[in-house]
Amino acid sequence: MEKFISHTGTAVPLRRSNVDTDQIIPAVYLKRVTKSGFEDGLFAAWRNDPEFVLNQPQYKAATILVAGADFGTGSSREHAVWALQNYGFKAVISSRFADIFRGNSQKGGLLTVVLPQASVEKIWDAIEVDPTVQVTVDLAAKNVRLGNEVFTFEIDDYTRWRLMEGLDDIGLTLKNIDSVTTFESNRPTYKPKTLPIRS
Amino acid sequence: MSKTLAEKIWADHIVRSATGEPDLIYIDLHLIHEVTSPQAFDGLRLAGRQVRRPDLTIATEDHNTPTLNIDLPIADPVSKLQVDTLRKNCAEFGVRLHSLGDAEQGIVHVVGPQLGVTQPGMTIVCGDSHTSTHGAFGALAFGIGTSEVEHVLATQTLPLVRPKTLAINVDGVLPDGVTAKDIILAIIAKIGTGGGQGYVLEYRGSAIKALSMEGRMTICNMSIEAGARAGLIAPDETTFEYVKNKPHAPQGADWDAAVEYWSTLKSDEDAEFDSEIFLNAAELAPFVTWGTNPGQGLPLNASVPNPAEISDIEERGAAERALTYMGLEAGAPLKSIKVDTIFLGSCTNGRIEDLRAAAAVVKGKKKSDSVRMLVVPGSARVRLQAEQEGLDKVFLDFGAEWRNAGCSMCLGMNPDQLAVGERSASTSNRNFEGRQGKGGRTHLVSPLVAAATAIRGTLSSPADL
Ligand code: SF4
Repeated sequence: MEKFISHTGTAVPLRRSNVDTDQIIPAVYLKRVTKSGFEDGLFAAWRNDPEFVLNQPQYKAATILVAGADFGTGSSREHAVWALQNYGFKAVISSRFADIFRGNSQKGGLLTVVLPQASVEKIWDAIEVDPTVQVTVDLAAKNVRLGNEVFTFEIDDYTRWRLMEGLDDIGLTLKNIDSVTTFESNRPTYKPKTLPIRS
Repeated sequence: MSKTLAEKIWADHIVRSATGEPDLIYIDLHLIHEVTSPQAFDGLRLAGRQVRRPDLTIATEDHNTPTLNIDLPIADPVSKLQVDTLRKNCAEFGVRLHSLGDAEQGIVHVVGPQLGVTQPGMTIVCGDSHTSTHGAFGALAFGIGTSEVEHVLATQTLPLVRPKTLAINVDGVLPDGVTAKDIILAIIAKIGTGGGQGYVLEYRGSAIKALSMEGRMTICNMSIEAGARAGLIAPDETTFEYVKNKPHAPQGADWDAAVEYWSTLKSDEDAEFDSEIFLNAAELAPFVTWGTNPGQGLPLNASVPNPAEISDIEERGAAERALTYMGLEAGAPLKSIKVDTIFLGSCTNGRIEDLRAAAAVVKGKKKSDSVRMLVVPGSARVRLQAEQEGLDKVFLDFGAEWRNAGCSMCLGMNPDQLAVGERSASTSNRNFEGRQGKGGRTHLVSPLVAAATAIRGTLSSPADL
């Protein structure tokens, strides 16, 4: 996983709340067996509309998505994170994210930043007035900056550390695999097993 | 210290905990399907890792399998590749797989309970958000992403932050014709699609206790639609009865030990929840969604809401967009809405009891000529059982299509899709834009409402017949 310390780029306003993962990437695009190539499916239904914000030339190069509340609800598909990343997004800002989506994004190194709705509105206004304004999402400093504005955000220390180090969760757990073995030796015998097949 | 049910199960599965870090939680059962697993197996292969506990892992094909001509090769090459990849991965890593054609094939959340591998007090995960279904057994069960699937495959654990708890009390007796589906749609309409975020929901109260296991699964299934990763119902005699004699149920002394443990699985009298809400079952009615998220629902007797009367700006905008997408007029009675397709199935309402309930309504009746009706059992075993009971005949005589098991039109990854502008009454769980096919319009309903709607061609409940 790539380290995330700070990122500066332009941002695109997605003025919609409750953007579910079926909108982020519709099911018909989920059939690939790799983690790449999902960019075409990103917001596929909405992108048919030439007016859709991602289709507007001034936002084509944006790397930060600023979305309405409850972003990423619905299906657990991690493809939603891959699609955003494949398309070129490094960070998403919203006032509220669905739990599974947020967890998935943190695994894959896509930074999800929670800001109060009022701050989101301010950023929307700013990037609509000037789509070229540079926005910095700084994980080290735990803030988002544009122009003279600084918006601080919260993130738990553990996740922040992992993202800044680019650490893979599995590797971290495997360091403690002995405790898993110990736990397993104490599991009750009545717990079900899937093998061998009984029927 | 007194604990809630969720806290008890959590405590029993902590492998390791350290301050400032998430708890490392042991996973008792890992369910797998073709859509969210290929990249996880690939990750294992790249890192030279094994599946740590194939004996706690089980796979089935469901999301994009066809429901017609299942003995032929899958026609869509991309779906076929995904299913073939699952077969190859399961063979390579020694994971038990129930393929298309097998009696245990079906929607992953129907298969677990029917095999008896879903039991109280367990931790259960799957790369699918409706894993919350298994919470009906008093198991802590939740959906995970593909990176987490890989993590569980490699270590049989997950690093997790302990969720908060929300008690949802539903007391009283449900009126006739009101089902578990109506309870959960009413709850989501009340707390919203984000209301459960960060919580495990525990459903309690006399109305919940009175439900069958199928009804409880319907409720827990849709916890995710309220934003919660997991829903829970304390196990009781109904639960034990259901698990007993299932193929993987404990036997002999193990059964006694298991029941003894399971009987401790309830929130302590004085346990404190982080939040609590109350619902009176006697006041509930058949529910239906009018919009494009599961929180946009109303009793069937109501009318399409007028966005102008919604004070919250965000919500008003969402309602306006939803009405445009759904092609609905504010103020129109919900019962006047004509539908084109009835979908009876999914992990929410594709179990034997759901098929029985719908069959009892349509028996001896004729389907409205203006609708098509798909009946898709949740698993091959449910289909077999329904056929033994003659339900297939009832549906076929009625004019419905009797299909093979799978997710089907719940998400339209296989050929079962709505056309642009087509409207469905669906017993599934998501009415998102395009969920059942690009441009498709979905109204979420109970099996009873689905059946009555198929007879009348407009959104209806059995009371309207
Ligand atoms: S039936 Fe629908 S909700 Fe359930 S697992 Fe399949 S696609 Fe998901």
